[in-house]
Amino acid sequence: MTITDTTPILGRPALATPPRRSRKPVVHVFFGDLAATSLTVATGFLLLSMIPAINWAVFDANWTTGDPATCREGGACWAFIAAKFRFIIFGVYPPDQQWRPLVVMGLIITMVLASLSPRLWGRKLAYGWVAAIAAMLTLMWGGVLGMALVPTSSWGGLPVTLLLALLSLGLGFPFAVFLALGRRSKLPVPRLLSILTIELVRGLPLVGLLFVASILLPLLLPAGWTIDKLGRTLAALTVFAAAYLAEVIRGGLQGLPPGQVEAAKALGIPGWKTVWHIVLPQALQKVIPPLTNTAIVMVKNTSLVLIVGVFDMLSASRVAATDPLWPAPYVESYVFVAAIYFVICFGISNYARWLESRVQARTYR
Amino acid sequence: MNHALTSAAISIAALNKWYGNFQVLKDINLVVAPGERIVICGPSGSGKSTLIRCVNRIEEHQAGSISVNGIELDESLRNLDAIRREVGMVFQHFNLFPHLTVKENCALPQILSRGKRRKEAEEFAMHFLSKVRIPEQAEKYPGQLSGGQQQRVAIARALCMSPRIMLFDEPTSALDPEMVKEVLDTMIALAEDGMTMIVVTHEMGFARKVADRVVFMEGGEIVEINEPNRFFDDPKQPRTRHFLSSIMH
Repeated sequence: MTITDTTPILGRPALATPPRRSRKPVVHVFFGDLAATSLTVATGFLLLSMIPAINWAVFDANWTTGDPATCREGGACWAFIAAKFRFIIFGVYPPDQQWRPLVVMGLIITMVLASLSPRLWGRKLAYGWVAAIAAMLTLMWGGVLGMALVPTSSWGGLPVTLLLALLSLGLGFPFAVFLALGRRSKLPVPRLLSILTIELVRGLPLVGLLFVASILLPLLLPAGWTIDKLGRTLAALTVFAAAYLAEVIRGGLQGLPPGQVEAAKALGIPGWKTVWHIVLPQALQKVIPPLTNTAIVMVKNTSLVLIVGVFDMLSASRVAATDPLWPAPYVESYVFVAAIYFVICFGISNYARWLESRVQARTYR
Repeated sequence: MNHALTSAAISIAALNKWYGNFQVLKDINLVVAPGERIVICGPSGSGKSTLIRCVNRIEEHQAGSISVNGIELDESLRNLDAIRREVGMVFQHFNLFPHLTVKENCALPQILSRGKRRKEAEEFAMHFLSKVRIPEQAEKYPGQLSGGQQQRVAIARALCMSPRIMLFDEPTSALDPEMVKEVLDTMIALAEDGMTMIVVTHEMGFARKVADRVVFMEGGEIVEINEPNRFFDDPKQPRTRHFLSSIMH
């Protein structure tokens, strides 16, 4: 052995790169052992059993039709969706005014896209949202700037769904923060009030809450007072969202090490500034997954408003399917609406995953 | 009020504290002169951390009095605020704000509690980050730094508030051994600048080198106070001797 020999003591040269993992052969992946084989067979059967559904939905489907009555022969009647598209999306909103909800949806999408990056979160964006919501409601209502007045009873479809989801979560969130902080407060009155509110609302089914808001509330109000039905529905959804969000946020608050508040105290940072700048940002970051969960559930919960007669997207699709000209294409209607819900919820879920990975990139401990 | 008390940096008299029925501090009396460096040592659970955490009311005491630069620590929030302005604190687990960059960690507290402008606060932050010799880490997040670097950031953050007294609560106990020195060096530099310091630590080398007086606590009481050479070479109390023999190896 010469002096220049750099062979390590174990006799093999040191590896400069990690060893490459040998790939398993494909057959091995699918039929390697009993578990893999049974999974492959089961998946195969599942796929085979889906063939009729795929045939119905795609290959035998009628995409266009001249005669609605025969549209459903053989497969799905997607021509129905094409014909009723505007009705499902906009409900009974006056057709000549439907550019207004269209602009509202454009506004919602623009604002949501503008709010995606946490870098832009701040006072300006908050003002932007307030202005945008005011603009949306003005557009929907009308009665000013030469726009015809459209009462909330004529609102409908996707804009109602989006507005209810957005406003119930947006208005519910600040309440939720107060409820969560209240529940952890040392002062007995805020704590008991918070616990009472949260537990009461969580103990009621949303359907019950919606009935209370739409039927009981008008009876309880003094004579001559009226609150719009859509407004009452929104209030019920907001309270519901707030109670659930509050418990999620409380989880984040409890996960925060006490040292954070101690450090803030030692630095002389006033209490509410500590909450706003130190406690909440960290607590909320910890609970992004369950917050997402609540947001998705609330988007879908808005469909329950149909039982108190608010005309959201799901209601519109049901009404569309009752048109006697068409052969009762309920399945097509529901599949279409489900697809829209899926796109919204899948979007929320992916966005949350991205937010989380951004947080992890800073290697939080 | 007598003159010796008002001119003291910190004066603690007849201090008692209980957790439930368990007494953690028993009749503590300690007067710290301006510019003085005190090291507090003692076995774990002896109440040494609790004692310094009472000084800026991270913990509340139930009996006795504490005053800082003549300000009485009482029920008044104004006094508490004034005392927290005088006193900076460094924690065992750093307690940096993980969602803020190093620079923000140092700048934001100045903005929130002193109402400073951002520009001035950031200049101050960079000044003290240079002083603890990590200005190049200013844009990183605490989680990206080593323990020693994080603790130096924590020291810089406390210094940004221009305190006249610094409390150190076991600042090197959570560090890997190779990082202890960089933090101790920072503290020694601070002591050389004339800062009044109370340091709870097990670093006896630091105590011998820097301390004006060493306080030994056990079971919630002060057992012995002495200047370092006498404390280490000729302890008066048997309990002190026993403690020293158990940590010197």
